[in-house]
Amino acid sequence: MNPAVEPVLKARGLVKRYGRVTALNNADFDLYPGEILAVIGDNGAGKSSLIKAISGATNVDEGKMWLDGKPFHFNSPLEAREAGIETVYQNLALSPALSIADNMFMGREIRRSGVMGSMFKMLDNKEMQRIAREKLNELGLMTIQNINQAVETLSGGQRQGVAVARAAAFGSRVVILDEPTAALGVKESRKVLELIQDVRSRGMPIVLISHNMPHVFEVADRIHVHRLGRRLCTINPKDYTMSDAVAFMTGAQEPPAEAVAA
Amino acid sequence: MSGAESAASPKQDFEKALDQSDTSVASFDTKEKSFLDRIQHFLHGNPTMVPVIVLLASVVVFGLLAGSRFFSPFNLSLIIQQVSIIGILAAAQSLIILTAGIDLSVAAIMVLMSVISGKLAVEMGVPAPLALLVAFVGGTAAGIMNGLLVTRIKLPPFIVTLGTWNIFFALNLWLSGAQSIRSQDIDSAAPLLKFFGNNIALGSARLTYGSILMVVVFVALWYMLNKTAWGRHVYAIGDDKEAAELAGIRTDRTLVSVYALAGFVCAIGAWASIGRVGSVSPQSFYEGNLQSITAVVIGGISLFGGRGSIMGALFGALIVGVFQSGLRLAGVDVLWQVFAIGWLIIIAVAIDQWIRKVSA
Repeated sequence: MNPAVEPVLKARGLVKRYGRVTALNNADFDLYPGEILAVIGDNGAGKSSLIKAISGATNVDEGKMWLDGKPFHFNSPLEAREAGIETVYQNLALSPALSIADNMFMGREIRRSGVMGSMFKMLDNKEMQRIAREKLNELGLMTIQNINQAVETLSGGQRQGVAVARAAAFGSRVVILDEPTAALGVKESRKVLELIQDVRSRGMPIVLISHNMPHVFEVADRIHVHRLGRRLCTINPKDYTMSDAVAFMTGAQEPPAEAVAA
Repeated sequence: MSGAESAASPKQDFEKALDQSDTSVASFDTKEKSFLDRIQHFLHGNPTMVPVIVLLASVVVFGLLAGSRFFSPFNLSLIIQQVSIIGILAAAQSLIILTAGIDLSVAAIMVLMSVISGKLAVEMGVPAPLALLVAFVGGTAAGIMNGLLVTRIKLPPFIVTLGTWNIFFALNLWLSGAQSIRSQDIDSAAPLLKFFGNNIALGSARLTYGSILMVVVFVALWYMLNKTAWGRHVYAIGDDKEAAELAGIRTDRTLVSVYALAGFVCAIGAWASIGRVGSVSPQSFYEGNLQSITAVVIGGISLFGGRGSIMGALFGALIVGVFQSGLRLAGVDVLWQVFAIGWLIIIAVAIDQWIRKVSA
């Protein structure tokens, strides 16, 4: 990656402790414009903590972060979202009893125009349902009859699809996906991978956290290897094999010096 | 990106077979549904129908047991009048229970606010509208106090409101000196306080303003919960607070607003209760906290939050009223009325659990 290009998202020296557990230990992070950056690491390496730090879901104890070169500090996921960072969390952050449309527009509902909207704050359900249906169709992931179905009536894969569609529809700067294919079948995984590439082709950078090496090596432009709460190295999937990557992230092999510097 | 195109370009070797994958819509043999299954499915899709059906059934049963005395317009309007205060409290309670909380202090807030407005207007000569305004602000502040303790100190709502119930009840006894304010004194000093005791005569039916107020409160809250973004957020928080937070809802702020609104509704109840009782009594509605929970539970609102319609609580309150009136008219001792309400709670929740088991 050209060092002259300013990262969209940059973090230096992030530290996060949960009681006596250190989840992030001086972690660095760089995401460049238009790239798919995969983040891999063992269970407990601190991948989710890293994601939560940059998406505003947790406050870090130490460290600095920059979005488009400007320092930022998010106190809530809402602030990150307002800055254009959309995240699909592992637990999906959906409300099971509410409908697909309600969930897609959670926290950014559309109100009716005119007095009913401004005075009585009435929601424009028709418009929200129309957009939700459109977004799901774009994704092509859905075999859903009814957009007003409660999310709890969907299969795991369909729920994942709703969460991914929500992030893809509203993200404007960065989309972060935490294990987006973990619950999906072969066909659905393929759709999500295509969606990821589709989102990148619109120029939006993506952070992809995954344990699935074939998926990572297929779509990622760079791979950030996380180990023991920090960035161990960044590798180009064209220069290394999957077993190299696994060896780095499990500590079986020392990473090459130039990858650590990057 | 279309489906056909995606199937044509698998990147991994094992995905080659996707090209020939079956594209027809799945269909299965379904076994004949029993009548009970159909009922279960219908109720699952229309959860508010349970209290409606129970209400209608109990009206029919008590109509048969107690005859025309039960069905008289006067008696039916009396039932609505009798449940109006507990109904308003149940509306406030529903808001809290929808967020997966519980509020043991609703009746205590209400009685405290009725005492404050009575004290100010009747004994201290404050203009009645101003006294009522103080009660509304006070009720809202009491709710905010509950809300802040729940969100900032992170205490369980049960503990917070168990504490504030006692605190508000003690303040109420202190302010009132455990003395009631007499009806005649209110009439001469501040008749506005008894406004909701007025009624409209429709034949032999007596529809009090308080009964109408209860319905208005429920309709307004139903609108807020179902037609505004705030309402969606309340349901989302009750469903899964952490998910709601990650989805970008300011959960703590919303929760405080819910408690504040519940406190405000309790203050509305305070005004209505003066009209209903006719005097300001610090000892009244001591069981109102639990009665409001009873109405909510019978109305099919889940104690685990996020599920149920606030209209259920209105029907729940009416069911309790119908049982009490019907059993009384049938000459059944009061203790058996209490006995029946107890079973009603257990059966209501059991039916609720049964409905939820349906696989949608």
